[in-house]
Amino acid sequence: MEWIVPFILTVITASTPLLLAATGELVTEKSGVLNLGVEGMMLVGAIAGFAVTASTGSAILGILAAVAAGTLISLIFAFLTLTLMANQVATGLALTIFGVGFSALVGSGFVGFAIEPLPALAIPGISAIPIVGPILFGQDFLVYLSIAVVIGVAWFLAKSRAGLVLKAVGDSHHSAHAIGYSVIKIRYLATMFGGAMAGLGGAYLSLSYTPMWAENMTAGRGWIALALVVFATWRPGRLVAGAYMFGLISVMQLHAQGAGIHVPSQFMSMLPYLATVIVLVIISSDRAKIRLNAPACIGQAFRAAQ
Amino acid sequence: MVRLEPRRQHSQAMVYLSPVLAILMTLVVGGIIFAFLGKNPFDALYTFFILPINNSYGISELFVKATPLVIIAVGLAMGFRANVWNIGAEGQLTMGAIFGGGLALYFHDSESILLMPAMFVLGALGGAFWAAIPALLRTKFNANEILTSLMLTYVATLFLSFLVHGPWRNPEGFNFPESRPFPDAGLLPIIFEGSRVHLGTAVAVFVVIAGWLLLSKSVIGFQLRVVGKAPQAARHVGFRQKRMVWFTLLLGGALAGLAGLFEVSGPIGQLQPSISPGYGFTAIIVAFLGRLHPVGILFGGIIMALTYLGGELAQITLGLPNAVTGLFQGILLFFLLACDVLTKYRIRFGAIAAKGRTA
Amino acid sequence: MGVATVTSTTGEAGANTVKGAGPAQLEVRGVTKAFPGCLANDDISFRIEPGEIHALLGENGAGKSTLVKIIYGVLQADEGALIWEGKPVTIASPHDAREMGIGLVFQHFSLFETMTVLENIALAMNDVRDMDALRKQVLEVEKTYGLPLDPDRHVYTLSVGERQRIEIVRCLLQNPKLLILDEPTSVLTPQEVEKLFETLRRLADEGCAILYISHKLHEVKALCHKATVLRGGKVVGGCDPREETAKSMAEMMIGQKLTAPDRGEARQFGDVRLAVSNLSLESDEQFGTDLKGINLEVRGGEIMGVAGVAGNGQNELFRALAGETEQEAAPDSIKIDGNPVAHFGPRRRRRLGATFVPEERNGHGAVPDMSLSENGFLTAFRRMALSARGLIREVPTKSFADNIIKTFDVRTTGSGAEAGSLSGGNLQKFIVGREILQDPGVLVISQPTWGVDAGAASAIHQALLDLAAKGTAVLVISQDLDEIYAICDSVVVMAEGKMSKPRPMADVSIEEIGLLMGGLHDLEGQTNPAHDTQVEGGRLGQA
Repeated sequence: MEWIVPFILTVITASTPLLLAATGELVTEKSGVLNLGVEGMMLVGAIAGFAVTASTGSAILGILAAVAAGTLISLIFAFLTLTLMANQVATGLALTIFGVGFSALVGSGFVGFAIEPLPALAIPGISAIPIVGPILFGQDFLVYLSIAVVIGVAWFLAKSRAGLVLKAVGDSHHSAHAIGYSVIKIRYLATMFGGAMAGLGGAYLSLSYTPMWAENMTAGRGWIALALVVFATWRPGRLVAGAYMFGLISVMQLHAQGAGIHVPSQFMSMLPYLATVIVLVIISSDRAKIRLNAPACIGQAFRAAQ
Repeated sequence: MVRLEPRRQHSQAMVYLSPVLAILMTLVVGGIIFAFLGKNPFDALYTFFILPINNSYGISELFVKATPLVIIAVGLAMGFRANVWNIGAEGQLTMGAIFGGGLALYFHDSESILLMPAMFVLGALGGAFWAAIPALLRTKFNANEILTSLMLTYVATLFLSFLVHGPWRNPEGFNFPESRPFPDAGLLPIIFEGSRVHLGTAVAVFVVIAGWLLLSKSVIGFQLRVVGKAPQAARHVGFRQKRMVWFTLLLGGALAGLAGLFEVSGPIGQLQPSISPGYGFTAIIVAFLGRLHPVGILFGGIIMALTYLGGELAQITLGLPNAVTGLFQGILLFFLLACDVLTKYRIRFGAIAAKGRTA
Repeated sequence: MGVATVTSTTGEAGANTVKGAGPAQLEVRGVTKAFPGCLANDDISFRIEPGEIHALLGENGAGKSTLVKIIYGVLQADEGALIWEGKPVTIASPHDAREMGIGLVFQHFSLFETMTVLENIALAMNDVRDMDALRKQVLEVEKTYGLPLDPDRHVYTLSVGERQRIEIVRCLLQNPKLLILDEPTSVLTPQEVEKLFETLRRLADEGCAILYISHKLHEVKALCHKATVLRGGKVVGGCDPREETAKSMAEMMIGQKLTAPDRGEARQFGDVRLAVSNLSLESDEQFGTDLKGINLEVRGGEIMGVAGVAGNGQNELFRALAGETEQEAAPDSIKIDGNPVAHFGPRRRRRLGATFVPEERNGHGAVPDMSLSENGFLTAFRRMALSARGLIREVPTKSFADNIIKTFDVRTTGSGAEAGSLSGGNLQKFIVGREILQDPGVLVISQPTWGVDAGAASAIHQALLDLAAKGTAVLVISQDLDEIYAICDSVVVMAEGKMSKPRPMADVSIEEIGLLMGGLHDLEGQTNPAHDTQVEGGRLGQA
């Protein structure tokens, strides 16, 4: 059973980028904005984090750069959809196409670079406890941050007044506008938070999960994060479960080969994508639940009426 | 202060002008990016956009690349008009290539003239089959077709990879992950001597004309426009949304499948792990560049084909990474969407002038 | 005539001179607001004293809503000033307005469906306090003013009247000095209206100024001390509504003499053309009302009105009749000229001679960014043979639209204009005309004159009367009782998804309709036994 600890550790690392990106998107969607550009924002975050870390040697600077980069390109999306009222679906696709191209261009100079992966935080003594030690107390700090962010978002949405306002904007932008809330400003902020978290999730991939840069290294994780938000029916708690389930599936396919299961690798690699489809089908078929939980204004452009 | 002021009526002029404006702005930003990369922007833009087409072979290559883009984009545009967001055309293209190409491999020593038409049918069926899955999941289970069609793209690509690494690998191919070459009867005829322009290009022109008729002149085209613009009005008069989901996804899938078949039985001539430089995704931009109108898409396809050629040439002569193409495409789509606002709104500076003011 | 021009109370010295008792609660001085292509408010001036209930009268488009938004800080005036308790003020946002003591009860509610009553109230409060303290305050206000509401209920479970109560409680919690109500009674039963008036009178007695926006003149006469009349963005007069008649105020509002629709001679009704029997249907809306055992029959030549407070199943009834619902009822629960159609979609019902006009024009009855030609084609292509072999016939399509435009006097640049570029009244004339020109056997029309100017409204009423005179069965779903009285031969009332027995218009009083709207079906029998031979047991249980 000595494989179990490393197995759980890889599940956690595989889940963390999904969790970060999906939490950000959840907040964005709660405000009524559907940003399909998560994949693009993750890629931009991944390359920004990697490039800065590789150039400066500082992972902290790299992470900050990833957050900044994700936020910046989410601002392009926000400007187009919120200020210019462009179609959110089309703009999200554009953001992904742009992010793929942009990250590949910047990254072309960094292919083959090696960096130190993010160090695990080691608490002397405690981290050495068998099994529990390395799992609970031996992760790198982004793992803890991802959990903290989910808890923070859950609290924000459930308990804080600002969270109530955010949900109100997503529920009825006309009502929110009428009683004096700045719909556009709130949506800008929510979109930027989504961008920042996607950037962070991307950075986790290029700094910790596989500490290197490869074109398109997110491999659809941004889209899976979008599906996770639906899976979680816009509730942060269920997001954690979903992200870890997907982490498990993607790690299982790696371990299956090691375990001597002889299925062509391509079929194993299909698993996360097929699982996404299946999960979407199961959750979406409960229409009443989706309609009760989904922000009513999602994807709709808002313009203050005269 | 800059304000957006709604127009009472969409501006027809802006419908045509805004893509031109978007292209110009993309060129300006492109020049700036080239300057950042340490290249002379004018040289780089020349290499990217003029050099590829300053000889007849270059122009013929333009048509070769535009063919799949136009065929796919016409199908996607129908869906986008009806608010059906099929973004998995790349996967449907792959499935079309697998189905149609599979037939060519099965009859790899055939000389029958029936092989090619049969491949057409199978290619279209393959794409339609792959698009039928999101259609089914959307209409039966309410699952978002954006995510399902995209996930299925990954699955299709992996499936093709499995085939050419495994069962369909060329037994005489020195272990390269490639299929046998298709038999001559399974290769598209060249329609211009000395070029790679194949029958598929003629089909693309036909698709544009048929698509225009369908969209602008037919009742079903009217229905899908109403479903997209005003779903409630569509329900009111009995244009059923589910039927439109099926129709547009099957049509888009069939066209993407056909485009995939044309790639493998045209320029490529066999199955490989990679049979498309992202035509299925670029076609989304083509559809928007052409304003979701088949004739516009014809022009849009040619322009986007140019970015592929320019990207390749810039890679060879200037040493620019190939990714510049993707970047250009993304920026162009941004500007297109931004310029679209001009058809519905006027940009005004300063305070509102009161009209009809009486003393 | 008893009409004083309001402009005399404005001007330099206006603030302190009129009542002498002190400055006005609010004085609006020369407010002007322009939008592209229209001057919404043109030099508007009037004043409201503390404790005064002041009506702001005007048709749709007269500029009332714009003015309200300026006073509440949603919009800023281009010119002019607001004087609050004698001092000029700038109201930059609704937050500022609430801070000063201005409360607003919105016409279209500013509520959030999936949130609780308490959360909805908290969202409209300026200062953040803890929810438990707020809950106590809410309960206190509810008790004081007799406005019962459970703070933990979700809004989507509430009736329209209860929703309005949330808005009112929201305002009362902030001890307003000026309370603005924008068309508050359009969603209430006559009895609820009376209750609202009690609350308002009490507030006024406590010194609160009330600005009451309405076009319902009976109410204004019953409630208000003063009125300012707007037309085309300008103040056209002021009056004491208690000394006016509804007719004189209406003429001031519209700027011309009113003509009642011509109902023609007493009509003979033909065979039953639209029959609904025992139609029960679950709502397909998330927060909708289920239809419960609906029965009605409309004969050729008859105009039947469906009265009721919004949200009592009228939308569901319309959708069920038009064939928009996905759920299928038993085929013969709806019959058009004797043919069972409940299992048919809209297109087959239209082929049998039924046409429909939904309440919402933009996006339901018409596609805003399609041309009028295309919008004509939308519902008429089968009956008017505008398509052939799957293709659109351009020439007849255009001439059909041109014909609608000409026959119904639709003001537009032509059949190529986008539907969305038309004013509400003109688009409604186009839609109604489109259905009438198809020569229907049955016409079902929902809120025929909702948000439409008086000219267009009377044209539409006349067109419906003419259509019925030709033998069409017309069913009018309307929340406007005046409208139902003006054109209908008989009336049914919907409450909570059930429908009352049909009654001839001539022998039903507004009080009875009001009680029926409140869901008191059993009173039918007591007030008019002759019409109540078959009341089902289920309905009786509600008393």
